[in-house]
Amino acid sequence: MLDNLIIFILASIIGSEVISKVPQTLHTPLMSGSNAISGITIVGALVVAGMVDDPWAVYVGVAALIFATINVVGGFMVTDRMLQMFKKKE
Amino acid sequence: MKQNLIEIAYLVSAIMFIYGLKRLQSPATARKGNQLAALGMLVAVVATLFLHQILTPIQMITGVVIGSGIGALLAKRVEMTGMPELVAAFNGFGGIASALVAGAEIAKILAEVSSGGLAEPLDGVDAVTISLSILIGMVTFTGSFVAFGKLSERISGNPMSFPGMRFLTLLFVAAAIGAIAWMTMNMDAIGGTGLVLTPMVEAGIVIAIAGALLGILLVIPIGGADMPVVVALLNSYSGMAAAATGFVLDNTALIVSGALVGASGLILTNIMCEAMNRSLFNVLVGGFGGDAGSGSGPSASSEGLTVNSTSADDVAILLSYANKVIFVPGYGMAVAQAQHAVRELAEELAKKDVEVKFAVHPVAGRMPGHMNVLLAEANVPYDQLFEMDEINAEFETTDVAVVIGANDVVNPAARHDKASPIYGMPILNVDQASTAIVLKRSMRPGYAGVDNELFYKPNTQMLFGDAKESIVKVTNEVKAL
Repeated sequence: MLDNLIIFILASIIGSEVISKVPQTLHTPLMSGSNAISGITIVGALVVAGMVDDPWAVYVGVAALIFATINVVGGFMVTDRMLQMFKKKE
Repeated sequence: MKQNLIEIAYLVSAIMFIYGLKRLQSPATARKGNQLAALGMLVAVVATLFLHQILTPIQMITGVVIGSGIGALLAKRVEMTGMPELVAAFNGFGGIASALVAGAEIAKILAEVSSGGLAEPLDGVDAVTISLSILIGMVTFTGSFVAFGKLSERISGNPMSFPGMRFLTLLFVAAAIGAIAWMTMNMDAIGGTGLVLTPMVEAGIVIAIAGALLGILLVIPIGGADMPVVVALLNSYSGMAAAATGFVLDNTALIVSGALVGASGLILTNIMCEAMNRSLFNVLVGGFGGDAGSGSGPSASSEGLTVNSTSADDVAILLSYANKVIFVPGYGMAVAQAQHAVRELAEELAKKDVEVKFAVHPVAGRMPGHMNVLLAEANVPYDQLFEMDEINAEFETTDVAVVIGANDVVNPAARHDKASPIYGMPILNVDQASTAIVLKRSMRPGYAGVDNELFYKPNTQMLFGDAKESIVKVTNEVKAL
């Protein structure tokens, strides 16, 4: 528990340092991209639903998996779509 | 050994997320950064699938395929103007996923108990992490979908409240805390017998319902003008929900990623609040700003004042002979889909050796950076886009400032009128340009529901009509000159 807390706090600090330097121009892609990263819950869904052969754990877990995958795939794709539009003056 | 491999894979994906986000610091490297983060996600998923003992691989793969299909469809079909509501919806999906994972964990614990004892004994900490994961997940879920409804105008953007709403909110908070305590106490009481696990399910359901209702109650009183803050805050919540799930499962990948996203959302929330000179508390209490449509014309303070109305020909002449022109886009530009027409006008002016820049206010549009995406879509190069602090000093030396569908972010009342609801909000100093041209459909007030004194200034000229049509007309006149 304490280990997890340490990891959480250190990751928050790194996150703040990296993200506070993102320019306003990229704030929308930052939001959709980081949102896709929060879909990491996909891993949690796989672990919890895939490791027990209990019907309820599987039902609920697969539901979680679907939502998390929408979040991940949709999030990264739409961010890519946005970022490819950002061009420098030729 | 396998467990170590998984941990190493998670470390690799965490590093890829961090460097991916770091590359978002410049538009030149941003696309690669996003792809790196996506690759990091693939590493985490593949490692989990192959290294954990997944007992039901068919179900798992089916889930991934269905989710990918829906996600890809949504990502491909969305219009750039609809980006805020899509991000809100994705946030909501992330939230419900976290809550469901915690729910599945409860089901897993129950299954383990009934099949002869738990692998590891449970304690109060487990109860608290599971509860929080459900609670934050559900608040994110319903909150995001209320925001989605407001942003896509499926429900009214006006702040909604009713008598006793605060009391009700407190009641649900109390219910959630009570249920968390109930679950914690009963976890202590398990003591290996595993007979008192039903309170765990009951408490979980109470927490889920309380969280869902809290999410709704927290977002409905917030007005349309404050939606960028809410979307950023919910983004932060979705990260927190993932981190909370990481605590439940003891999973480093979830904790690190959740913390990164949580920090990102909080920073954006803070930037948005500063750009409106409001505290987060003030935004959350709500009641500020409604739909643009709710206004009933100029307020009493502006009665007796006149506005200068101008024509497309005059604007074309003014722009063509200017040295420097700054465009100030707002959400109105997005609504009129005028961004392509604006880019064409900017190009025509550049041909006539006019210096053209774009000034983007941090809260222009319905989410952080929304205008930049729309202009990028219209092929406006990003080195022509400037942030408020970079460009504000330049308005004094600007011949013409063209305001397209922006309103509150250029209202000089924010600088001096202490009675104005937007007093203290940093604005773009459009009124300091030699001439300000405001493209507007009518004299209706902006999203914040406040009348704009810029329109009545002697050096301001109003060009009424649909922004896109007006810009096309001006562009044709400029070409003809």
